[in-house]
Amino acid sequence: MLKNLSSLFCGILFGLGLVIAQMINPQKVLAFLDITGHWDPSLALVMVSALITFGFAYRLIIRRPAPILEPRFHLPDAVNIDARLLTGAALFGIGWGLSGYCPGAVIAAMGYGSMEALLFTFAMCCGMGLFWFIHRRKCGAGRGCKPRPKRLGASIISKP
Amino acid sequence: MENFTPYSALIGGALIGLSAALLLFLNGRIAGISGIVAKALFPEQRDDLSWRIYFLAGLLLGPMILRVVNGIPFDFNFETSLPVLLIAGLLVGYGTNMGGGCTSGHGICGLARLSPRSVFATLVFMTVAGITVFIVRHLLGVKG
Repeated sequence: MLKNLSSLFCGILFGLGLVIAQMINPQKVLAFLDITGHWDPSLALVMVSALITFGFAYRLIIRRPAPILEPRFHLPDAVNIDARLLTGAALFGIGWGLSGYCPGAVIAAMGYGSMEALLFTFAMCCGMGLFWFIHRRKCGAGRGCKPRPKRLGASIISKP
Repeated sequence: MENFTPYSALIGGALIGLSAALLLFLNGRIAGISGIVAKALFPEQRDDLSWRIYFLAGLLLGPMILRVVNGIPFDFNFETSLPVLLIAGLLVGYGTNMGGGCTSGHGICGLARLSPRSVFATLVFMTVAGITVFIVRHLLGVKG
């Protein structure tokens, strides 16, 4: 129960951070990505600030044998830089550049009352479902999968 | 640079970093939102589900509370048409699951951990997003 409450608290904090940083405003995000237009570097500062905070904390926390409420740390164990990683990142980049929404920001925007974000989240969950549906037999929908050869990367590029 | 908001960006970013740090410190989890959503929708293990639901509830609740407190409605204009919005959503959902992370998981947590995967993924999605915006705004001439 305690770990659910701590998780709820972290979610609230994350959502507050996104709203205060104005990252729930897709125009703000697009203005960062539009370096040849009226460039707004705010998003870079959000990332730098989050990176410094988490970066320092991470190095202190990871020295501990275990987290407070769980028997062990759950850290991603995948190390391979493969076509799947890069193709996935590129597809995400296209969607992000088209809309100005990434998964965290869109959920926070939905909480703030955006209908647009609600529609986007629906489509995003469909996209996750599509990936899960296509790949569940090969491996789970998450990280840590063995690198899979070329056919995957090639077949995915032709998808929507 | 007329809309640059450095203070709110720094404070908001610090809160996001603090949230990720607390989630690791208390629950031993990485605050990667795309992974949290995906495994909440399609759970792999039963005991792995509830913290995800609570985190996502918090992610909705925080902004809800702030909206009630400050009373400013969400009034950011639609930049994209509905079909583009939905296609973008599909791409974000599919791409983040395929690439194993998004702006939070790769861009913040992964970079802070100096994970080479995250460095490459972040470079790719930042660059591709920048190119996409350039094409839409400056080559196709959609206003922004």
